[in-house]
Amino acid sequence: MIILFSAILVDNFVLSKFLGICSFLGVSKNLKTAMGMSGAVVLVMLASTALTWPIQYLLLDPLGLGYLQTLVFILVIAALVQMIEMVMKKTMPPLYNALGIFLPLITTNCAVLGVAILNITKSYSFLDAMVNALGGGLGYTLSLFLFSGVRSKVDKADVPEALKGLPITLIAASLVAVSFFGFKGLVENLFS
Amino acid sequence: MYKDPEERKKEQKEKDSPMHILMDGILFENPVFRLVLGICPLLAITTSAKNAVSMGIAVIFVLMGSEFIISMLRKIIPDKVRIPAFITIIAGFVTIVQLLISAYLPALNSSLGLYIPLIVVNCIVLARAEAFASKKSVLSSLVDGFGMGVGFMAALFFMGAIREVLGAGTFFGLDLPLFGTVIEPMMFFILPPGGFFVFGICICFSQIFVKWMDKKRGKPLAKAPEIGNCEACGGSCSTCGGSEGTKI
Repeated sequence: MIILFSAILVDNFVLSKFLGICSFLGVSKNLKTAMGMSGAVVLVMLASTALTWPIQYLLLDPLGLGYLQTLVFILVIAALVQMIEMVMKKTMPPLYNALGIFLPLITTNCAVLGVAILNITKSYSFLDAMVNALGGGLGYTLSLFLFSGVRSKVDKADVPEALKGLPITLIAASLVAVSFFGFKGLVENLFS
Repeated sequence: MYKDPEERKKEQKEKDSPMHILMDGILFENPVFRLVLGICPLLAITTSAKNAVSMGIAVIFVLMGSEFIISMLRKIIPDKVRIPAFITIIAGFVTIVQLLISAYLPALNSSLGLYIPLIVVNCIVLARAEAFASKKSVLSSLVDGFGMGVGFMAALFFMGAIREVLGAGTFFGLDLPLFGTVIEPMMFFILPPGGFFVFGICICFSQIFVKWMDKKRGKPLAKAPEIGNCEACGGSCSTCGGSEGTKI
């Protein structure tokens, strides 16, 4: 529970760890793509954690190959994403239509690799790791959801010439990130 | 616009000269402020100038190394599997950096932590591999790697310095006069929201600078190139925010 809430609210991947910013800025333009992307991220995060955790502890560690972590993880994630895409296309066409186009983009989303590595460095148990992945994904969804709302307003606003486009978007993101500071201390006070 | 073939050749040659590539990387096509690539580590690392510079050096190494190898292998790697091949090469170099840092600079390792392995998915490296190293000669790829790396480091340093001075009142860990007595450091700049904020302002100034240069030269500055590396960044320009940066 603590891990879940802290991953969603306090240590939000996007707004406090800066993972997945690229896609965050890219797809937050409208709500629909934002939701599609975050659905895909949640899915891939869970699947990649379910795969990389056993690989680290059952394969790399016993063989003393821990240093290959980065290399192996990125390849596993890339392969996994491809596979999910293919399976989804065959078995669940409606879901594929909703999430499909976002799947290839996810390989280079640092949040996915980030959560896989973070689970290992924090030496979570398998269950904790899965919960962390779920929380990370939901946190990503939440911030993307909020931000795409903010952005639809910002894009229509009349801003100074030099601030148009990316700068004002970043400043808006900064304000959204400030609001997430409201959750600091939430975990300690709720669960202790 | 019609151009004499000779003239065009000359222009192309000029464009390929090492000096030109270098300047492009550092200034006119600065990966961060102009192409808006690789912003994840940028925002996370730049809480202090020291972190920023060390991250910059790591990225320079990875960029040069992987561009070098990729441009050597560019004729051997089949087109269809080039992205996985590039990622593997890049991941190899990142692992080297990771091992070196954890062996010789353990303190740095703990402060950069997660973000070193994440160089693998840094858009800059893959984008340059795809857009430059897979097409150009070994030498110009090396120069491009160096230029882009230095440009990235400069941007990191710039932001790191701003955030450290304003947020903590120090510079490379040294206390600055005035700060702490006359001016109270503002925590805001060290915290994540400050990262977004400073970056937004920096981009704003870089846009003003580009406009000013355009006016001065009387012609538009060589447009930051269309990011032809759509696939490199995972299939869509917009994912990296890359196209947005260039369109402005």
